[in-house]
Amino acid sequence: MTLAAPLPAEPAPPSARPDEARPAEIRAKAAVEDLSFWYGPKQVLFSISMPVAEGCVTALIGPSGCGKSTFLRCFNRMHDLYPGNRYAGRILLEPEGIDIIGPKTDPMVPRMRIGMVFQKPNPFPKSIYENVAAGLRIRGVRSRTVLDAQVEKSLRRAALWEEVKDRLHASAHTLSGGQQQRLCIARALAPEPELLLLDEPTSALDPIATAHIEELIDELSRRYTIVVVTHNMQQAARISRFTAFFHLGRLIEFGPTEEVFTRPRETMTQDYITGRFG
Amino acid sequence: MSETGLPTTDGRRLIAAARRRDLLFAGIGLAVLFVATAVLLALVLDLVLTGAPHIDLDFLTSYPSRRASRAGILPAWVGSALVMLVTAALAIPFGIAAGLYLEEYAPRNRVTDVIEINITNLAGVPSIIYGLLALGVFVYGFRLGETILVAGMVLALLVLPVIVVATREALRSIPREVREAAFALGADKWQTVSMYLLPAARPGILTGIIVALARAIGETAPLVTIGALTFIAFLPPPPITAQPPFVSFEWLGSPFTVLPIQMFNWISRPQAAFHELAAAAGVVLLVMTLAMNGLAIYIRYRARRLLG
Repeated sequence: MTLAAPLPAEPAPPSARPDEARPAEIRAKAAVEDLSFWYGPKQVLFSISMPVAEGCVTALIGPSGCGKSTFLRCFNRMHDLYPGNRYAGRILLEPEGIDIIGPKTDPMVPRMRIGMVFQKPNPFPKSIYENVAAGLRIRGVRSRTVLDAQVEKSLRRAALWEEVKDRLHASAHTLSGGQQQRLCIARALAPEPELLLLDEPTSALDPIATAHIEELIDELSRRYTIVVVTHNMQQAARISRFTAFFHLGRLIEFGPTEEVFTRPRETMTQDYITGRFG
Repeated sequence: MSETGLPTTDGRRLIAAARRRDLLFAGIGLAVLFVATAVLLALVLDLVLTGAPHIDLDFLTSYPSRRASRAGILPAWVGSALVMLVTAALAIPFGIAAGLYLEEYAPRNRVTDVIEINITNLAGVPSIIYGLLALGVFVYGFRLGETILVAGMVLALLVLPVIVVATREALRSIPREVREAAFALGADKWQTVSMYLLPAARPGILTGIIVALARAIGETAPLVTIGALTFIAFLPPPPITAQPPFVSFEWLGSPFTVLPIQMFNWISRPQAAFHELAAAAGVVLLVMTLAMNGLAIYIRYRARRLLG
């Protein structure tokens, strides 16, 4: 399966990570086609089309209220939890091409395959272990050995294992903010999602915890497809392969991160990344 | 010296005035609190001083009698305990289920609005009205008689709104992030509710249950209306039997009395000795209420410990 919507040409040397062999052809994990969205009568997204490249980090940037979080939350139908919201267009989840926002698609279908980490760390009021095991328990996993193994694996991937391995059954609320956010990442990873959505995952964290999470995102991008919303442009530049710039509910520019940051096609993008507004 | 035209010297005076205001209000608050607590303390102390000397094993294990020295509250406290058992068994699951439905499942429409308004209003209906309703519907309509079952049912109806409202409040106060996290993990509604929302709401729901049961155990009017006995010289059949299946529900159909009614009965007698017995029964009632609260507070404390 190749891209439903063509990905822009890759910049010649993938300078971000020269040590790693990239597949020659980048495939799309998801394709957004003509997506519009309404909160009740108010339209907040206007016919957005863009691909999400498999095995890459895609950053969504833009000023507050530009719709980047709203856009992200379309991927796992979070908007369905509140009445009066409406989608139009399609978001195809590859390789089968399931329309995530199709009226016939049960919201549970994408949610089973897509993990999400929220802006504020939101662990459940349960133990560390139970937080990570939550997605597996929801999927009916009962076996202690499977749970134990997957909890450890996910905590290791979230770079939290060493810090919590001796107190897995302590309340998740005893962790610091940065640890809680890594716990939430571990929780999202445990059911082995195909796509990981990160909604400003570092906005509530201090610089050191932020650095931890950024390293982690970099590490995870070897294994997962990630879409990350961030209001921090340096962060977008550091961690992403592709960048989408949103403004007032419209997708202004989408392309390889290097190009968007060094040779933006749109003046609005240029103005935003140079700090002239936003 | 002010260039902006704003007064510059008033700062200290304003702060002093603010301090005086705070002090004054704190003083008034403290005084009101003291008066309220002192009155309550005096009442309880009087009750205990009058009643306590009469409380012994005989008092708890004897039937009422025409002679004050031999009278006890065995059927009354057993009746109270059994009625509370029925009330709790009905009001807690129904109350939580109703609150859960209204908060999480009910569609936002006219019917739901009407139900909500009615439930809120039900909490304010005088309890004797419930007694009349129970007399008409349960006692005569369903022919259930003047039994422990009917008493439990009417008290359950009476306190149901309290539990419904508490459940809704507790669910509503859960941050929406918890709900979103559960759904984002692929949970369906029932999983979200049972695995994450109900445990998080448990302290709030327990508080509602405490308030509800404390109200129920002190109720007299609706039980008098449905025909609770004021003089009773036997116990309901025991719930545990020697023969299989070892549990029996015959007691549900038994006539009964409860502590408040026993107290009312004694207090309306002319002899002072019975008034003292009423105080003693009052102390027992207080202890039962406090024991129930204590249990609930302990459960709530344990539930909160994991919430961090």
